[in-house]
Amino acid sequence: MASVAQPPTPIAGKGRDSVRSWPLGDQIAYGVSWGTGLLLCVIAGAIVLFMLFKGLSYLRLSLLFSSPSPSLDQSQSGGFLDPIEGTLLLTTIGTLIAAPIGISIGSWLSEHARPRWLARMVESGVEMIAGVPSIVLAIFAILVFSKPVFAFLSETSSGGSVFARSFINAGLMMSLIALPLIVGATREALNQVPAHVREASYALGHTKATTLRRVLLPASRPGIATGIVLGMGRIIGDTAIVLIVLGQTARLEPAGGTPVLSLLRGTGSTLTSYVYENSPAGEGHAPQKAYAAAFVLLMMVLAINAIAMRLSRGAGEAVQWIR
Amino acid sequence: MDPLMPPPARRIAVDRHPTVVAPAGGAAATLGPAALTPPVPPPPASQNGSAVHRAPSAHVAERMRLESLWLGYGERWVVRDVNLPVRQGEVLALIGASGSGKTTLLRSLNRLTEITPGATRAGYVTLDGEEVMGIEVTQLRRRISMVFQQPNPFPMSIFENVAYALREPGARPGLRPGRSSRRRSELSDQVVGALQRAGLYEEVADELDRPALRLSGGQQQRLCIARALAVKPEVLLLDEPCSALDPISTATIEELIVGLRETVAVVIVTHNLQQARRVADHVAFMHLGELVEYGPSNQIFEAPKHQRTHDYVAGVFG
Repeated sequence: MASVAQPPTPIAGKGRDSVRSWPLGDQIAYGVSWGTGLLLCVIAGAIVLFMLFKGLSYLRLSLLFSSPSPSLDQSQSGGFLDPIEGTLLLTTIGTLIAAPIGISIGSWLSEHARPRWLARMVESGVEMIAGVPSIVLAIFAILVFSKPVFAFLSETSSGGSVFARSFINAGLMMSLIALPLIVGATREALNQVPAHVREASYALGHTKATTLRRVLLPASRPGIATGIVLGMGRIIGDTAIVLIVLGQTARLEPAGGTPVLSLLRGTGSTLTSYVYENSPAGEGHAPQKAYAAAFVLLMMVLAINAIAMRLSRGAGEAVQWIR
Repeated sequence: MDPLMPPPARRIAVDRHPTVVAPAGGAAATLGPAALTPPVPPPPASQNGSAVHRAPSAHVAERMRLESLWLGYGERWVVRDVNLPVRQGEVLALIGASGSGKTTLLRSLNRLTEITPGATRAGYVTLDGEEVMGIEVTQLRRRISMVFQQPNPFPMSIFENVAYALREPGARPGLRPGRSSRRRSELSDQVVGALQRAGLYEEVADELDRPALRLSGGQQQRLCIARALAVKPEVLLLDEPCSALDPISTATIEELIVGLRETVAVVIVTHNLQQARRVADHVAFMHLGELVEYGPSNQIFEAPKHQRTHDYVAGVFG
């Protein structure tokens, strides 16, 4: 065989490719950015590793499948099945409320937004909700939901005062936590669709509504899904609303006898409130179980984030127009 | 402009007199009654054709007529006093440098300019003698369909892309297989027919359920043409349809355009003079919003009457 042509030795171009040749100020800034980035990685790694170590050393499979029971003796106080169920239930309620509302608001802001003053108002409303600390939302919820009008959402004591704490009430507040993320993701995803794609649909004689439903929302699906999943992560991680609006009962306590409704109107706990109660700050005094539950919580949130990343990466590949 | 708030606001200029000077009109540019005075506003849509402007028919196959057409955004007129016929059986090419108003002119024919806030219009655009402002906009856009500069298939299957065009505006979906097999097969025939006319069917016959965005750029653009043809339009508008494509795809599409002119009136905007020469029967040269010269392709390219046209086709400016 004839000799294969060899590529010539690459020529190193003279230039400022080495950090050492940068001005001193740039070098320092570069070093600081590099260092802080590394520090953050170390902190993130430490959290995961610490929780992994602590959590796994206390986690027993039985803890995941047994209900908590009130006992000072740690071997008798049961596991955290109910908090896991509570977390799932609350996340489901919050997401089911927030997703349709968030997608609608996001679509309206992105595609219609008339009259302008209303759009600006809605926009700042969403921003404000995003900025309100969840403990404030929780206090607000107690204030509002204890009004007799909202008695159907929770239990009413024999004295006639509305308890205001229930899964549905907490879920409503949780939907506010997730809402800004879903609105933002929807707007962002719709803005990614080039204007000429909308025009192509209008040019076929289709209305704005049809275009949105049949072209724009399907094209934005991965982006919107990412927003929803991030919102779920926020709901799973929120503590203040659970502590105040969910009623602080370790087990799920349905109100009344109707199958689903009683659960929604009833009280319970989630993993976050379970961790809080059993940490040294709470009343359970079972730090080992708190670690185990915190580990489960962390894994859930990490899994959610992984799904979100997966979805948003898929968004880049799925729908791409020639620019 | 705030990019988050793009929706349409239609304003028809009725009381604002254009401050510009009279256009550089030539004998060839003035086909209709040459009105150099600010034009009368078109009849309002509510009259629905009762007071439509009827232009004298210059050609048996004339489908559209633009008369004293002024188009603008806000206070600025970007198309001034244009008179043009659009005929079936021929391809009309709009040529001119960037900013000459040719795309705006094209988009005004199916009233797509209306989705730009602040767009204004004066003068007449008629389709078969009926003022387009008097035609319900969704109906109008099915009679005058359009293909864009970038291929823009919708994020659905190849089949669904064409079926979406056929869907009556505002109709419920109901196109899923099994819902109504007769409707499905009828629809299927129409979709296949449109794909065949656009010369795409042979290439995609086995994969109609594939996502349309997986097609190559040239195939995507032919799919967009199929989509535009599916509604059986009377006029087909093409806005630089090949500018994002490779030479081979361009050649395929040009061939297609020439073949289409028998059944639809074709208007193409192009930057590419060679392309205009290859596909067009009549050419309109626009410069800075004014129609400088209109005539048969040969005349524009071989013996232009105006110095500007001569300079442009000779490549002196562009």
